[in-house]
Amino acid sequence: MTGRSSSQETGDTMTGNPAAEDPGAGNRPPRGPRPGGPRDGSAARAAAPRTGRPGPLWAVPGLLYFAFFAALPMVLVAYLSLTSWGGLGTPRFIGMENWSRLVADPLMRQAVWLSLMLTALSWIVQTPISLLLGVWAAGRQRSRAVLSAVFFLPLLLSSAAIALIWKALLDPNFGPLAWLGPRLGLGSVDVLGGTNSAFLMIVFVSAWQFIPLHMLLYQGGARQIPPSLYQAAEIDGAGRLLAFWHITLPQLRHTITTSSVLMVVGSLTYFDTVLIMTGGGPGTSTTIVPFLMYRAGFESWELGYASTVAFTLVLVATVVSLLMVRFTGFGKMRSTREGM
Amino acid sequence: MRTPRLGSVAGATALCLLAATACSGGGGGDGDDRMHVWMYQDTLVVVQEGAVERFNAESETEAVIDEVPGDNYEERLRTAMGSSERPDVFFNWGGGSIEPYVEQDMLQPLDDMLADNPEFADSFIPSILEAGQVSGVQYGIPLRGTQPVILFYNETVFEEAGVEPPETWDDILGLVDTLQEEGVTPFALAGADPWTEQMWLQYLVDRIGGPEVFARIVEGDSEGWRDPAVLEAAQMVQELVDDGAFGDSYASVSYTEGAASALLSEGRAAMHLMGSWEYSTILDQDEEFARENLGYVEFPPIEGGEGDPDNVVGNPTNFFSVTAETDHMDAALEFLTYTSEEEYVADMVENGEVPTTTNAEEAVADSPSPDFATFQYEMVRDAPHFQLSWDQALPPEVATPMVTEIESLFNGQSTPEQFVDALAAL
Repeated sequence: MTGRSSSQETGDTMTGNPAAEDPGAGNRPPRGPRPGGPRDGSAARAAAPRTGRPGPLWAVPGLLYFAFFAALPMVLVAYLSLTSWGGLGTPRFIGMENWSRLVADPLMRQAVWLSLMLTALSWIVQTPISLLLGVWAAGRQRSRAVLSAVFFLPLLLSSAAIALIWKALLDPNFGPLAWLGPRLGLGSVDVLGGTNSAFLMIVFVSAWQFIPLHMLLYQGGARQIPPSLYQAAEIDGAGRLLAFWHITLPQLRHTITTSSVLMVVGSLTYFDTVLIMTGGGPGTSTTIVPFLMYRAGFESWELGYASTVAFTLVLVATVVSLLMVRFTGFGKMRSTREGM
Repeated sequence: MRTPRLGSVAGATALCLLAATACSGGGGGDGDDRMHVWMYQDTLVVVQEGAVERFNAESETEAVIDEVPGDNYEERLRTAMGSSERPDVFFNWGGGSIEPYVEQDMLQPLDDMLADNPEFADSFIPSILEAGQVSGVQYGIPLRGTQPVILFYNETVFEEAGVEPPETWDDILGLVDTLQEEGVTPFALAGADPWTEQMWLQYLVDRIGGPEVFARIVEGDSEGWRDPAVLEAAQMVQELVDDGAFGDSYASVSYTEGAASALLSEGRAAMHLMGSWEYSTILDQDEEFARENLGYVEFPPIEGGEGDPDNVVGNPTNFFSVTAETDHMDAALEFLTYTSEEEYVADMVENGEVPTTTNAEEAVADSPSPDFATFQYEMVRDAPHFQLSWDQALPPEVATPMVTEIESLFNGQSTPEQFVDALAAL
């Protein structure tokens, strides 16, 4: 399904389109000259010197902010990663010791693997669901507004609240599962106590929490697709599936990139739910990289080593998002409306 | 060595950035000339508030208590100690919890003060006072009641099953089978808080090999984990787990949220190995059960074990330490002596604590639960050795991975042999 009305009042009258299947076709913004079109562009260029173009000076506040709150801390963390420091006294410079320890640390290796798994599984679970929900929510169905509001709810809760709610729901002795388990013949169900099940629950809860956000992105993206594309497709006899495949998906490619980068970076730095729901356990089964960083820094008080883990995370997240932007062609700024 | 100046600036800034609490002030040494006493925030602080009131009435220096929320007390303290906001006197657990500060010469040795006040020094149970030492130097003065680990049991469940509380290890193994046949989980266990699992190993290692085994480890010899007593204790844990002593869904049970205690008071579990605070936790949850049907015994001896069966593990008490750079050294040392005064001890008893002073014996009779208080007091008084909880005795960079290894052992994720190897590698 395209989930998107292909009918438009003007379109119906002009073409006698049989696709008046959607009685709720709402108001569309009136068609006007498209901003950024070639003719408008030349006019804007002529007017440019008078309105004043942004000079490099305009970037100073942003740069200062970035320097103090992003660049400087990163430099300090890079320095700390070369020291041994317990939070008291002076950090002791120890060269590359933390880094060689990091490479040899089996816990770090496991954490990297778990983080990659979490990222991959999160993307695989969240992208299709939020894409379909988003495209559906962009339509004009009657149930849409109510259901969208319901789906949207998790986004309004804080991560800590979500983690606590799910922890209580999954309690093996006093939660609903404790009641349900024996009635389904499963005996006791200790979901957060099992190695794999605890990890899958983290994937599930993060999906539950973040799908609404990505649904919102896709909804916005889908609403931007010009209806004329669907009208043209309909004239050519394309069904909903084909229209979805050949119009909706390609038109959403920038949204997919945006949403994917958010998902990937978000999963790589995911932390609060793990801390509250499983505390990295059972054992170390859910100790992903950010949690390992917390554990090293604020439980073991090895802030030097924690900085090493943190800096690795910064590097990996930066490289991954750069690669994603590059390989999806997002950076080329090619419009999805080319040729229109 | 790099320029230390840059280092400390980098360090302080990074810590501020890492810990939101770091630069938010919140009462500290500078800015006013009151003496700041940091307390772990709970209902028992009224005892220390009383002491501060009496102190302020007599002293020129004004003392004030800063209550720090319990959940991240240690993080807050550590951050403050690294800044200029450090307290003058602060609550701690002794042992490894203050070792990092001792290493940085941040704490005031109290040996001279005790030598000058022999009466004050003699007012504490010796094994408890000793727990306030780091490498033989006194840094802590007991300020709270004692918290030994006790085997609690549900008397109703025991009556219904027609069994008696365990007196030997064989009794325990027998109970594990009998109680399961009755459909009851033999032991409640809060596996999501692995320090509760640690209590089992602490007792087993002490009973099998005596306190010397862990003493060697505390001194920094990680090969001490290869002592046969540790392996044997781990094997006994594995046996308990395999026999279903803890049921099959304990790995995600939490203690701090009250789940394990509720299992005991609801009769779904028969026993619970826990610190003496379990009594007040259950009193809070189900007063009638706590008063009528909550039983308690010492951890049973193990046949052939070298440890004295009267040895106790747990938290001997909490301590006050004084920071070396305080502007109120004399006042701080004077304040410490208030912890053995009669009013102070009476306040502790009234709030359900079991004081660690030698004269507390008559006082505990006035406790709101005198039987339990007397049991606890005698248990601690007669103990030749009181082993501080391992995770408090060891420095945090060892304690954190150790606790994780204990969790893995109890979850069956590692064998006793792997457990020993992993600990020896720490």
